[in-house]
Amino acid sequence: MLKISNLHASVEDKAILRGINLEVKAGEVHAIMGPNGSGKSTLASVIAGKEEYEVTEGEILLNDENIDELAAEERAHKGIFLSFQYPVEIPGVSVTNFMKTAINETRKAKNLPDMPANEMLKMIREKSELLEIDRKFLSRSINEGFSGGEKKRNEIFQMAMLEPKLAILDETDSGLDIDALRIVANGVNKLKSKDNAVIVITHYQRLLDYIVPDFVHVLYNGRIVKSGGKELAHELEEKGYDWIKEEINA
Amino acid sequence: MELKEKLIASFMAFENQVDIDSPVHDVRSEAIKQFETQGFPSKKEEAWKYTSLNSILKHDYSVFPKHENTVEYNDVKKFFIHDIDTYKIVFIDGKYASHLSQTTHDGIDVCLMSSALNKPKYRILIENYFNKIAAKDSLTSLNTAFSQEGAYIHIPKNKLVAKPIQIVHFSTGNESALMLQPRNLIVVDENSHVQIIERHQSLTDNPVLTNTVTEIYTNKRAIVDYYKIQNDNENASLIDNTFINQKQESVASLHTFSFGGKLTRNNLNFYQNGERIDSTLKGVTIIGNKQHVDHNTLVHHIEPNCESHQDYKGIFGDSSTGVFNGKVLVNKEAQKTNAFQANNNILVSDKASINTKPQLEIFADDVKCSHGCTIGQLDESAMFYMRSRGIPEKEAKALLMYAFSNNVLSSVKIPEIKQRITKIIATKLGVNIGFDL
Ligand SMILES: Nc1ncnc2c1ncn2[C@@H]1O[C@H](COP(=O)(O)OP(=O)(O)O)[C@@H](O)[C@H]1O
Ligand SMILES: [Mg+2]
Repeated sequence: MLKISNLHASVEDKAILRGINLEVKAGEVHAIMGPNGSGKSTLASVIAGKEEYEVTEGEILLNDENIDELAAEERAHKGIFLSFQYPVEIPGVSVTNFMKTAINETRKAKNLPDMPANEMLKMIREKSELLEIDRKFLSRSINEGFSGGEKKRNEIFQMAMLEPKLAILDETDSGLDIDALRIVANGVNKLKSKDNAVIVITHYQRLLDYIVPDFVHVLYNGRIVKSGGKELAHELEEKGYDWIKEEINA
Repeated sequence: MELKEKLIASFMAFENQVDIDSPVHDVRSEAIKQFETQGFPSKKEEAWKYTSLNSILKHDYSVFPKHENTVEYNDVKKFFIHDIDTYKIVFIDGKYASHLSQTTHDGIDVCLMSSALNKPKYRILIENYFNKIAAKDSLTSLNTAFSQEGAYIHIPKNKLVAKPIQIVHFSTGNESALMLQPRNLIVVDENSHVQIIERHQSLTDNPVLTNTVTEIYTNKRAIVDYYKIQNDNENASLIDNTFINQKQESVASLHTFSFGGKLTRNNLNFYQNGERIDSTLKGVTIIGNKQHVDHNTLVHHIEPNCESHQDYKGIFGDSSTGVFNGKVLVNKEAQKTNAFQANNNILVSDKASINTKPQLEIFADDVKCSHGCTIGQLDESAMFYMRSRGIPEKEAKALLMYAFSNNVLSSVKIPEIKQRITKIIATKLGVNIGFDL
């Protein structure tokens, strides 16, 4: 589904990603871990099409198509979804209407008519129940005054509404208490199928107990320096990152 | 001949045509003298520093347009709020268009300034109210000198006027360039409530200059909601001079929606002559190309315990320019005044500009006055967030802009107006989304 080769990206001439290789197949869950500042969020943003970052080398293929020239919305229409580490507040736009617009614009891009209002309502009801979101919450402005946990739950609600092919969850676990973590993880697992894939970016093993990865990668200094199975996450949890840094520097 | 000279010369002809015995004869003669002395305002004047009239004064305007009656309702239906029942006072090229209007004398007067000025039964009201609150600056004086036609609305006390009143001025291209000077008088007596919608609409691309004056009197506990829809053609310019005299406990709100036109100048003046008065001035400006919109507001707090709320939002694209000049004057006697003013702007292009200047002159010591102005760009991180969810750039921009102006729209009390404004904004921004935020 996703094939990243030798990806280099920089912002304001500062190189952040320095040769990433990653292949994610349908049905798989990949975890990306690594110390702060390694470039995890940058990688997520580059995949989602943030224009601020310049791809200087390498390529990203989505189902064998190079997406380098595609705008963020076109990537979304092709099924890429990014759950933001820091979701953005948009005063004056309610969650419900934001979702209506997002869904109908995606349908428009696929030459489909608007989703009928009753169908939309039904979907909103189902997905908000799945994530145990209060209906009142949906009429509030997106992320405005939301707690950290509410923001993350709202991200996964949007993911549930948009049913992406490739979901990238950037530190969705941070700011969540254990109950919320379980709800969010449960939501993600319900949406998982053999046709879609998930990349989970996290610092902690905790989330990976619920969303079990097939592969774990360590991103350090703009490169994937180590990959393994789910046991690698346990090892990192126990020993931290220093041993990896030492291995690299050796 | 310069426009000024042409107007002064035309005044003689105008004088001969209107009734010399009219109670306003002396007022007009006095006013033309005022205009003659002052001339058109120039950028040297503080209040006109950022707005130049030069480009619109150069046309050879026709001052006395011919009677024009070829406009049919279906051609112009879209310019009305037509999905609800309303009174309508409609003019074409400055002349009353009875076939498009719906006036009344049933308990209230919704009719014409020309009849109010000429018929004896209105004489007392005209003597008491006409030109009593209008200023003596050059443009207002020019309008006063030529005052003859416009809307005349009198709501006697204890009336809740169920239907909104639309005042619509159409201009046609049958004269090459056209100058119009509508004059409106609105008197709302004790405990009465009325809603008014005003619109100026050119039906061709010929240059039009409208210099309009509206006097509004809200007597004790009266409520007036006034909406100005400014979405005219590119060659039409508007100078709007509105004067509102409020008596005790009255509530006046004025919403200005400025999307169209070449040059728009709103001179909006509120005078609070009584206690516990509430004044609201709100506006949304969304312009592009080389458009120019200037809001010049004055709220004069004369007596204690009154409030004023100003909230103006502006979005400026291309090479458009905006001005906000908001003056709040609080007299020494006006203790316990609450005066709020906000002016927030977004510059969508780096060629666009806005000059914003709050002016607070406060002579009382026990007051709450606040003002804030901001100038910013569209939030890039919000843009990426929306686009990453599949909302294309143009639509994402439009949503952000709409959300930005939503504060002003939320206080619009007539749902059909809100819908209409929403539609105009969507068209203006070139998107096809509902904005039902
Ligand atoms: N827009 C940006 N401008 C400047 N520096 C940036 C920008 N985005 C990321 N960086 C820098 O790139 C590095 C990686 O950041 P990030 O991808 O957020 O790391 P992580 O998510 O792994 O913590 C950091 O040093 C960060 O300061
Ligand atoms: Mg990060």
